[in-house]
Amino acid sequence: MNRRSLLALGGAAAALCVSGRDAIAQQVQITGAGATFPRPVYERWGQAAREAIGVQLNYQSIGSGGGINQITNRTVDFGATDAPRTEAQLRESNLIQFPTVMGSVVLIVNLPGVADNALRLTPETLVDIFAGRITRWNDSRLAELNRELRLPNLPVSPVYRADASGTTFVFTTYLSRVAETWRTGPGAATSVQWPVGSGARGNEGVSNTVRNTPGAIGYTENAYATVNRLITTQLQNKSGRFVTPVMASFQAAAAQADWSRPGFAADLVDLNGNDVWPIVSPTFILLPTNPAADRVEGSRQTMRFFDWAFRNGAEAARRLEYIPVPDAVHTAVRATWSAVRNPGGSPIWTPSAA
Amino acid sequence: MQQAASTAVERKSIGTTGDTIFEWMCRGAGLLVLVTLGAIIITLFVGGLPAFRQFGLEFIWSTDWQPVEGRESYGAAVAVLGTIISAILAIIFAVPVAFGIAFYLTELAPPWLKRPVGTAIELLAAVPSIIFGMWGLFVLVPIIQSRIQIPFGETLGAIPLIGGLFQSTNFAGTSLFAAALVLAIMILPFIAATMRDVFEQVPPVYKESAYGLGATRWEVMTGVVIPYTRISVVGGIMLGLGRALGETMAVTFVIGNANRLASSLFDPTTTIASVVAMEFPESLMGSLKQSSLLALGFLLFVISFVVLAVSRWLLRPRLK
Amino acid sequence: MSTTTLDGTSIPGGAVQRDTGLARRRILVDRVIRWACVAATIIGLLFLASILGTLLWRGLVALDFLTFTAEFEPTTYGDPDAPRGGLGHAILGTLIQTALATAVGTPIGILVGTYLSEYARGTTLGGTVRFVSDVLLSAPSVLIGLFIYQVVVLPMGGFSGIAGALALAIIVIPVVVRTTEDMLTLIPNTLREAVVALGAPKWKMITLVAWRAALSGIATGILLAFARIAGETAPLLLTSFGNNVFSTDLSRAMASLPVAIYQQANSGFPDLIEIAWAGALIVTLGVLLINIAARVVLRKRI
Repeated sequence: MNRRSLLALGGAAAALCVSGRDAIAQQVQITGAGATFPRPVYERWGQAAREAIGVQLNYQSIGSGGGINQITNRTVDFGATDAPRTEAQLRESNLIQFPTVMGSVVLIVNLPGVADNALRLTPETLVDIFAGRITRWNDSRLAELNRELRLPNLPVSPVYRADASGTTFVFTTYLSRVAETWRTGPGAATSVQWPVGSGARGNEGVSNTVRNTPGAIGYTENAYATVNRLITTQLQNKSGRFVTPVMASFQAAAAQADWSRPGFAADLVDLNGNDVWPIVSPTFILLPTNPAADRVEGSRQTMRFFDWAFRNGAEAARRLEYIPVPDAVHTAVRATWSAVRNPGGSPIWTPSAA
Repeated sequence: MQQAASTAVERKSIGTTGDTIFEWMCRGAGLLVLVTLGAIIITLFVGGLPAFRQFGLEFIWSTDWQPVEGRESYGAAVAVLGTIISAILAIIFAVPVAFGIAFYLTELAPPWLKRPVGTAIELLAAVPSIIFGMWGLFVLVPIIQSRIQIPFGETLGAIPLIGGLFQSTNFAGTSLFAAALVLAIMILPFIAATMRDVFEQVPPVYKESAYGLGATRWEVMTGVVIPYTRISVVGGIMLGLGRALGETMAVTFVIGNANRLASSLFDPTTTIASVVAMEFPESLMGSLKQSSLLALGFLLFVISFVVLAVSRWLLRPRLK
Repeated sequence: MSTTTLDGTSIPGGAVQRDTGLARRRILVDRVIRWACVAATIIGLLFLASILGTLLWRGLVALDFLTFTAEFEPTTYGDPDAPRGGLGHAILGTLIQTALATAVGTPIGILVGTYLSEYARGTTLGGTVRFVSDVLLSAPSVLIGLFIYQVVVLPMGGFSGIAGALALAIIVIPVVVRTTEDMLTLIPNTLREAVVALGAPKWKMITLVAWRAALSGIATGILLAFARIAGETAPLLLTSFGNNVFSTDLSRAMASLPVAIYQQANSGFPDLIEIAWAGALIVTLGVLLINIAARVVLRKRI
């Protein structure tokens, strides 16, 4: 390898870099990070938006905690989280928060011989499972609820999220609401100290681990269960009825959403209603109100992307069994975007910039 | 004559300037290396200071890892113990096999086989750690799940006193045992290569005189080679230990990521490198959690530093 | 009858004592240990075979032109019409970051190696620098990532390819230092003396003669360092973060092959996991080929 050929190689590499930059300058790129909960739908939207409006989405699903962290440190254009921030937290970090879709947390199990949506669980047994008080699947409490099923004599292996996760926040909020022992014990947060079980990264990791471990039970966003064809369970809701995790039960919960709460933080966990699935949650985007000069364009394109998604993304969301937020909420959200201002003080988003 | 002398002096002064510049470039580079290490240590320590201040020295042996806001409490014990125990187990698994390989390569293998086998073992060392992680998760963990955990649990679990070490309620396969096994396979080539290099440095005359007295190959190994290379062998083992302590990706995939002490080989737990890689990107800047993670990083650095220093001290005089 | 075998059963001089219990035991122990060592070697080779076999079996399936050139596409969810993604963006990102890291780390490493071999042999400062370099060589790479995060990523306000390259450069330096120093100390002093005797200043002696003489060894070191950083994941997770699109912008987050493998392997979607295996195969083959090439280069020289 003589000097001349090395030089030629270096020149070729440099030329490649330059030409590469030209080619991608025509597309704008926005970077977001956060929840794995809505990842399937954001990625679908990203794919479509590239052709439709020329915006390239780079979404890193690192968990809600990671998303909050990255946007607080302003290392990305937007953050995504299922755990809503309080008004005080939003004010402190100069962020606005708005919802994009609603999703549901379902329980997935790996039990040979048990069919999809056949296993029945009550809130109490669910808490006992994750607290380590029920250790085998043929435990009498489970058998009583599921008399027509033959539950295998496998040890119960709970799987939880090892990373700071909005899905964990939603799930532990539910557990804390239905059991005082859980509320005072591990509590509700994006990351808790789980008494038993093993951890996996992301909704994806939980699905993977449950799929590979007979006797495992985990909690995950519904799209992951559907796409990976995992066995889900029924759950008894607040009204005492056993509901299956299907679109109708999610929509029954979504219909009761109260969007007037600050930060659009509608609470859809453990609602009343016969057909309601008890663990539903909106997922949120966090956007800085004071982006730095070199991030102004990124902010504008982010709002442009979500504006497009609000108008055109409902079908894709529904196909993945997420529930789009109502149009009235979209209008309210766009109104809050006027708070996002460039260093000069003028709002970045103008409704005509579509 | 005078002209020649003055040109000679001129030439010398040009050369001297170049020499001084070059020498300072080299010395500067050397100092840069020192400064880098110092900067790493200081950054980790300063970053971890809030955690040490908040929890005091208790941080080191506390097994808490409570991230819920309002009652946050972090402790290093789970991660530190996971790191040390998995590394020591890895050494226990790897050293006999490494020794066997080194013995084979130096004494037993026919000459035409020595190079390919030696190269193959060294190539194992070159495989990136994420590959070990993936292989561990997708190939090793199912095997442990289905074929190792249950028989071990039943047979060894019956032993009084330590039987509990082999029984666990965790059947996901990802566990301390899986991590130790993957680590063992990773450090195997390092230890084997070091042992082989060191064994080959034994002066042949010692071995030949032993053979001349009628010793078997094994007796030559135990009577001549190992006593001669004892210190370097320990150094090589410590080098492997140092690598095992800091390994991140291979361990993260297979250890189960539970911030709890493992009461059994088959329980999930975590190591410092693993918990840092997983939880750092999601910790808020300046938060107590991030500070605890930096403090953990500092502890890991101290532990590996000590192990590596000892290993270097044992190895350098012999291998040089 | 006077066979002088080395199995401990014959005394030179004639009398054969083949049936001593002690002799039998010694031979037995020796044989058992021999077979154990063969077994140990086979075990070691078996792991290598298993890893390579798994990579080939799982990775070849997804390895095609598309994998090399396409950028990331989200999972197809089983939809045959949805575009299939690849690792082109990650390969580009790895090439850029490793090339930059090697370009930054190699000169520093060579200078330090030269310092240790030519200026500081036997001195305490030299010994300290050598020790520190060895510590950095085996230091956990995740801590180097933490360090760069604190020192580069936070002040810069974002993840960047340059932070990733810097983290990798710190890993490159000790490897190059080690090989440079070893190669330079191998050069006989007579060569140095001859050059200086001709009137050359020391720096010319080093750069024009010593480096050239050690060139293949130093090149080997650079190749090995390159192979090592091509597979590093943990430091890049904390510094260049990862990206899903083709990008050559060093001031923004940049993709890399190990990070892409990590993300897609953990994605839980079978088609993405397949691509992760293909990526793993690419990385491993690349690293192994570089290692073999380095060995060949070194052997040619010696």
